[in-house]
Amino acid sequence: MAVSQEYFKTFRDLPREDWFVCGHRACQGCGEAIAVRLILKALGPNTIVVSPTGCLEIISSPFPYTSWAVPWIHVAFENAAAVASGIEAGLKVLARKGLLEKQKTNVLVLAGDGGTVDIGLQSLSGALERGHDFLYVCLDNEAYMNTGIQRSGATPFMCWTTTSQVGRVKRGNLTWKKNMPAIVAAHRVPYVATATVAYPLDLANKAKRGIETEGPAYLHVLASCPTGWRLPPELSVEISRLAVQTGFFPLYEIVDGEFRVTVEIPRRKPVAEYLKPQGRFRHLTDEDIAKIQEQVDRECARLGIP
Amino acid sequence: MARRIAVEDSHAVALAAKMANVDVIAAYPITPQTHIVEELSRMVSDGEFDAEYINVESEHSAISACIGASAVGARCFTATAGQGLALMHEILFIAAGNRFPIVMAIANRCLSPNINIWGDQSDVMSSRDCGWIQIFAENAQEIFDLILSAFKISEDDRVLLPVAVNFDGFYATHVVERMDLPEEEEVRRFLPPHRTARYKLDPDRPLTFGAIGFPAIQFELRRQWEEALCNSKQVVKEVWQEFGRIFGRHYDVLEPYRMEDAEIGFILMGGSSGTCRVAVDRLRERGFKAGMIKLRLFRPFPKEEILEAVSRLKTLITVDKHICLGGLGGPLFNDLRSLFYGFQRRINVAGFIAGVGGRDIKVEDFEHMFEKVVKGEVSPEKHVFIVRGES
Ligand SMILES: Cc1ncc(C[n+]2csc(CCOP(=O)(O)OP(=O)(O)O)c2C)c(N)n1
Ligand code: SF4
Ligand SMILES: [Mg+2]
Repeated sequence: MAVSQEYFKTFRDLPREDWFVCGHRACQGCGEAIAVRLILKALGPNTIVVSPTGCLEIISSPFPYTSWAVPWIHVAFENAAAVASGIEAGLKVLARKGLLEKQKTNVLVLAGDGGTVDIGLQSLSGALERGHDFLYVCLDNEAYMNTGIQRSGATPFMCWTTTSQVGRVKRGNLTWKKNMPAIVAAHRVPYVATATVAYPLDLANKAKRGIETEGPAYLHVLASCPTGWRLPPELSVEISRLAVQTGFFPLYEIVDGEFRVTVEIPRRKPVAEYLKPQGRFRHLTDEDIAKIQEQVDRECARLGIP
Repeated sequence: MARRIAVEDSHAVALAAKMANVDVIAAYPITPQTHIVEELSRMVSDGEFDAEYINVESEHSAISACIGASAVGARCFTATAGQGLALMHEILFIAAGNRFPIVMAIANRCLSPNINIWGDQSDVMSSRDCGWIQIFAENAQEIFDLILSAFKISEDDRVLLPVAVNFDGFYATHVVERMDLPEEEEVRRFLPPHRTARYKLDPDRPLTFGAIGFPAIQFELRRQWEEALCNSKQVVKEVWQEFGRIFGRHYDVLEPYRMEDAEIGFILMGGSSGTCRVAVDRLRERGFKAGMIKLRLFRPFPKEEILEAVSRLKTLITVDKHICLGGLGGPLFNDLRSLFYGFQRRINVAGFIAGVGGRDIKVEDFEHMFEKVVKGEVSPEKHVFIVRGES
């Protein structure tokens, strides 16, 4: 099995400069903002970014201000992958015709879960299947945060959102989270990985590996959202760590179809430790938690995680 | 020297894109546009010119990919019709409002329901207010010439707006016509082989595109867009004049036919103007002072030129291939009646709806409209549906 390259062994290996710069309007402890900053450190300034509509776009581009020190474009909610396809194709043909100085520029999509697993799924599938050379990052905060914490296809089972309310008859989101990395992997793309802000070097390395991969690469980042998860901002990174340590969100890579866990968890913590601090799971009974634990165990077993 | 060829109009579209040396084509097939994208695919596969052909999975992605390609400075092209245009609707505004040069061919097709692949103008008219430059062509030669010049208009630094070139589904797309195909060097004298994009996604000069517009700024942005669109008329005229100097074919925002002393005139867009011209001749033979205006530029609406063209007219007959459902008839009728309201001289406007869902509009149909007006059977309060020789 090919060993994945460690581009960044310590924080010193990451550049000091930022290309997602301060002054943006994200809430305190926003996982999306932390992840984006790291990803751009990993990729550097020779990068064009596409973002669909969502928190990231709103917090970073209040005209006439911008937090983007790299070229950035937002078009609409459901088409980031299609816009990126056009960018990649445009750069490719202009380079071929000798009209660009740079032979290669990174094309990076930074999208929310709604823009990826729901409304943008079709355009993403098309772009993956066509094999465009880009890195698509899904910043998964498990709901439509920008519009006020409505559920998405990435919202976890029984989770409270403003459109999966906890009432007398129904208690939270009725469906299990859509397995987006598996859907992407089914397109047989060369690189698929998961990451969280609690393992920043792992995240930065995966972003770099993704962009260095020829063809489409996909990185699914669990992006903690204190506002939507009903969580004190100072716990944002800690909760992301618990998501991994409980097996709720395992960190792995699928390189050319080969699966490997990148952050081993020798002894998984009970999933309750992840769920309990979050207001969005406040209504869960012990039985509900047991049911979620069962599902997590099943999923870990499927992935070969002890 | 130009070569005289026989060509299917759809292939004339593809030839125009090829001679414009487009960099990126992103399109999704829909009847009656299919022959266009098939021919472009063949040309690219045969290496007739060097372009990236993106086989997108929808029209929504086609126009989105064009935006991406345009944003990095590529010359890009797409084509669609009917439902495809409707699916693009949301993105059409963004392409124009964020000022991306793109050229799109629209093989006009009736919007569903009922599913109908034939030509009328309900597709483009439902996207009327999307802020694009909208041009209508009649035949193969015009389609070719206007698409070629659309690139020059769209990419002009004073414009930077997308341009749609419309023509009739089937009546144009699926017929073979005679056309003069210019030489490569002639085309290069008119249109440079590559775009020079002043504003683009460039790591050496990072710009932010598509920022959020708060109420404190959005109004100004919208107004700038409107002004850019209205001002583009001058560039359209200039480009067409230059086209005329180089190729000897002269185009203007509208084309009057026997209007000098006309008392009752038609106004319409697209292929039916050919039929209407015959009807005008016949009416003239019968002693009527009939005339016709073929409107070539629909947006920006050429107000001044229309007012000049109708300066002697008593009644203008609008022929719309679309109904503004629940409104006041067709789009041309609405535009012209409001244009004439408050004009120093009274001009009557008689609104007719014809050709819906691909229904053929015959010479007799135009004569019939004319007769109704002569007999005073048309009131401006009620639009008239011309179904087949009678209302
Ligand atoms: C076609 C369309 N439908 C709905 C919306 C409203 N909308 C904007 S952003 C958004 C949710 C974004 O959610 P996600 O992609 O998860 O990003 P987040 O804000 O959570 O980071 C919605 C529903 C829209 N802009 N466009
Ligand atoms: S709502 Fe959540 S995702 Fe959006 S800016 Fe705030 S913390 Fe970040
Ligand atoms: Mg979200």
